[in-house]
Amino acid sequence: MKLIFEKSVPGRRGVKPPISDVPSSAALDKKLLREKPATLPELGELDVVRHFTELSRRNFGVDTNFYPLGSCTMKYNPKVTELVASSPNFTSLHPLLPQIPTGDKLTQGALQVLYEMDSLLREITGMAAFSMQPMAGAHGELTGIMIISAYHKAKGNVKDTILIPDSAHGTNPASASIGGYHVKTIPSNENGYMDMDALKEALHDHVAGLMLTCPDTLGIFNPRIKEICDLVHSVDGLVYYDGANLNAIVGKARPSDFGFDIVHLNLHKTFATPHGAGGPGSGPVGVVQKLVDFLPISVVVKKKDGTFSLEYDRPKTIGYIAPFYGNFAIILRAYAYILMLGRIGLERVSENAVLNANYIKEKLKPYFDLPYPQLCKHECVFSASRQNQYGVHALDIAKGLIDAGFHPPTIYFPLIVKEALMIEPTETESKETIDAFIDAMIELAKVAETEPEKLKAAPLTSPVGRLDETAAARNPNLACLR
Amino acid sequence: MFPKECRYAETHEWARPEKEANIVTVGITGFAVEQLGDIVYLELPKVGAKVQKGSSLGMVESVKATSELYAPVSGEVAEVNSDISNNLEIFKSDPYGKAWLLKIKASDKKELDSLMDAETYEKQLEGH
Amino acid sequence: MPFIANTDQQRKEMLAELGLTMEGLFADIPKQLRCKPLNLPQPLSEQQLREHMTALGAKNSAGLTYFLGGGFYDHFIPAAVDAITSRSEFYTAYTPYQPEISQGTLQAIYEYQSTICRLTEMEVANASLYDGGTAIYEAVTMAIQVTGRNKVIIDDSVNPIYRVMLESYTRNLRIDHERTQNTDGLTNHRQICSNIDEHTAAVVVQNPNFFGFADDFTDIAHAAHEKGALLIVSCYPISLGILKTPGSMGADIVTGEGQSLGLPLSFGGPYLGIIASREKYVRKMPGRLVGQTTDNRGQRGFVLTLQTREQHIRRDKATSNICTNESLCALRALVYLTLLGKEGLRETAQLCADKASYAFKRLTAIPSVKPRFNSKNFFNEFVVELPKPTGQIIPKMLEQGIAAGFPLSKYYKNMENSLLVAVTEKNTKQQIDKLAQILEACL
Repeated sequence: MKLIFEKSVPGRRGVKPPISDVPSSAALDKKLLREKPATLPELGELDVVRHFTELSRRNFGVDTNFYPLGSCTMKYNPKVTELVASSPNFTSLHPLLPQIPTGDKLTQGALQVLYEMDSLLREITGMAAFSMQPMAGAHGELTGIMIISAYHKAKGNVKDTILIPDSAHGTNPASASIGGYHVKTIPSNENGYMDMDALKEALHDHVAGLMLTCPDTLGIFNPRIKEICDLVHSVDGLVYYDGANLNAIVGKARPSDFGFDIVHLNLHKTFATPHGAGGPGSGPVGVVQKLVDFLPISVVVKKKDGTFSLEYDRPKTIGYIAPFYGNFAIILRAYAYILMLGRIGLERVSENAVLNANYIKEKLKPYFDLPYPQLCKHECVFSASRQNQYGVHALDIAKGLIDAGFHPPTIYFPLIVKEALMIEPTETESKETIDAFIDAMIELAKVAETEPEKLKAAPLTSPVGRLDETAAARNPNLACLR
Repeated sequence: MFPKECRYAETHEWARPEKEANIVTVGITGFAVEQLGDIVYLELPKVGAKVQKGSSLGMVESVKATSELYAPVSGEVAEVNSDISNNLEIFKSDPYGKAWLLKIKASDKKELDSLMDAETYEKQLEGH
Repeated sequence: MPFIANTDQQRKEMLAELGLTMEGLFADIPKQLRCKPLNLPQPLSEQQLREHMTALGAKNSAGLTYFLGGGFYDHFIPAAVDAITSRSEFYTAYTPYQPEISQGTLQAIYEYQSTICRLTEMEVANASLYDGGTAIYEAVTMAIQVTGRNKVIIDDSVNPIYRVMLESYTRNLRIDHERTQNTDGLTNHRQICSNIDEHTAAVVVQNPNFFGFADDFTDIAHAAHEKGALLIVSCYPISLGILKTPGSMGADIVTGEGQSLGLPLSFGGPYLGIIASREKYVRKMPGRLVGQTTDNRGQRGFVLTLQTREQHIRRDKATSNICTNESLCALRALVYLTLLGKEGLRETAQLCADKASYAFKRLTAIPSVKPRFNSKNFFNEFVVELPKPTGQIIPKMLEQGIAAGFPLSKYYKNMENSLLVAVTEKNTKQQIDKLAQILEACL
């Protein structure tokens, strides 16, 4: 398929702005102007629409295929949330309005959404207050790390290390490192739980905190979670909850009860906002009472007369994490989703997510190695190790699934499982879809044994076949400039 | 399996003393190449750079990982392989020959003794 | 239950196959860690939800005429942008880690990267960052990694919100911030050039700057390069329809806010962080990069590349921690730019500049309203000095349905009467005339 630049025809016009209706021309010095216009393509509107429509048809999405990517929570994105978020009553609002005198009167609906979202997330997690500013989960993590630093600095503590399990998502150590901390990795034991001896050994006075997700990236809930948090608290460390896996426990348990001090949520995971082919997301951060003063500013407050406004007077704040209030249109979608589900709906989310994952685990157990056989939560992790004897790897299973019409699960993560296949069905998938996926996986296990070359050649039905990633990295071609 | 003229670091570099006084040629072992997969980019030190045994010399980047390169001996970088970046495929076929990375003028050739010999290195890898 | 597919009967069957009860599925959570039923409102049906959201929306004023900018602008968004980006094959897809079934996303991002390079005249651009402010922070981090130095010079004519963000992010890192002060609203070339030394990692400037002035930073680029430092320019993409590019000035890294490229104002987000640089810094670039390659059938295709820089591989040594970015927003920007095309963007930028020039003339024709600064080289924003504090005037204008501008006193000293007025191609002559008329009446 051609690049859009290759479809350009000199002189062709798409959307034209109106003719100027003012008598003036700008007085800019010629030397401040560009010599030639930017070499943007010249296309008609139909050209553009066809090009992108064709591109869209080369994608898998949740709306087109089962997408069991572990750790990503690819649940259905309700269309009503798209509709409400597209209302001009929200999309047209300039973010500076509540910052100019009396401007907040004109954005009461938007401020109310932010305020109520704070309340809803507090109730769901048990945290004392939230900031909606972080624009993604990793952004939330960095915010959390900054709050940890501010807390210790205010107390005069000398802390330089963050503890992170070996099963953690890569953003955890990246965030800690960028926040200026040294990262110490805590191993998991042979049952998939954190090695408590290693944890105790690592807990010295210089430990600022521990970052954890629960259930962990193996999909396993650690029943000693409270003990872990208590241990970290004993050295005046703070415990950070990576909320990526909240779908497993929402409505059933709250991170505050486990002992977590800081929480981030992924609205684009648990709260059904679309993944957008990589973003935008939203990663609100919640904290316990002793950390509330450190949250980013501005803060949305409700005044005595019931109206909402922004407050900046927080002397201990870590500052501005985002230019404004966070990814508002994403927050709006998640707000609508939570209101539609209510308490009972959220409980059913985790119940069905966990049921679907355990169902897959049991049915695929005979065919793929299952490193950790105990009850899982919303995701299960298999290994393609058994298939290695035929020369077949997790990658080949994944490519084979594509030909069967399914998006592959997450592969090669978490790092502590060789040939990992991490499957997260979510609650929005039906038994029929899951049964079809299970059948496809069983078939692949057979094919791996009898005709492995077939899997090595897969995918065959996709728009392109396997791509040469080595060539792409050796001679990077990252832009078409002519 | 591993050339006997070379000594081996735990971090999978090989070091080969040359006939010229104090010159040690450095590269990465066949095991490292296998683990890394297709190598796509190298970050190597400049000629004249002073290095300490165990310190970072640069990086070897593959499609799926980036690995630090550590100095097996202390000294000064005498020569850097200028052809290799155009010929990264050579790691697979000739990791101890044409895929040499740099030559160090060693300040203390005795440091080679603390590295593993071919047999010890091979034994050590059996754990992997 | 909305969005949950399985029926009670199906659940029963599945539980029976597992030999478990629903309670049994949560037996791994200790009873004392289970929470009471959440105190959340009763669920709303779709109809009730829409009524609720309509009522909330009605509490906002959607019909304002905007002369309010400050880095975020009310531009025209062609209908095809929404039509294309609301195709669910784009927005319900994930990050393209399985390239064979993500060529839509991957090719679009490659085209976006290319378009940003063409716009800024830089060599490589990434697949997006969160916004223009975090983009500056990431650019500063890049410069620090490249040079091994830790001093940053930043002019106060760079967006104050971005400067506060940069200070917040780097508070705990050993980075030396040096602030230079604008001279009569213009970036302070002299002070910047004289402050650059062998400890400087980067200089950060903005074009047009926060007061609206267009500039040429070629001299600063030279001064920086002479001392081994990098020049970072934060830009306003629409202005690049007519303004000299940071690439041609010699910038090493270009950042920007892509909101003006087909993204609604949306009360603060999602926005689009732009970052582009010279090719030699590509391995220090944060975030995702899409590269071209071939497949096993001999076809051209696209993949995420140079991934070993990123968090999912490099972990604590990653160039950045970014994972989820603003991919769909980048798609909007690409569609916007291809719909407007070469001539459309140029015309849009020219309209902004011409209308701003007209608005400036009309407003400064009011006897008590003066230009705050001397230069006439503003793009689509300018500062007027009112005879009264902006705090008194802005509310009166809002009552008339006009957001007249931004009160600079919020971020700058001695500017209580200074108003930053922005004009885009959406502002008609009637709106501008009305602005002048009502402002005069309010004074």
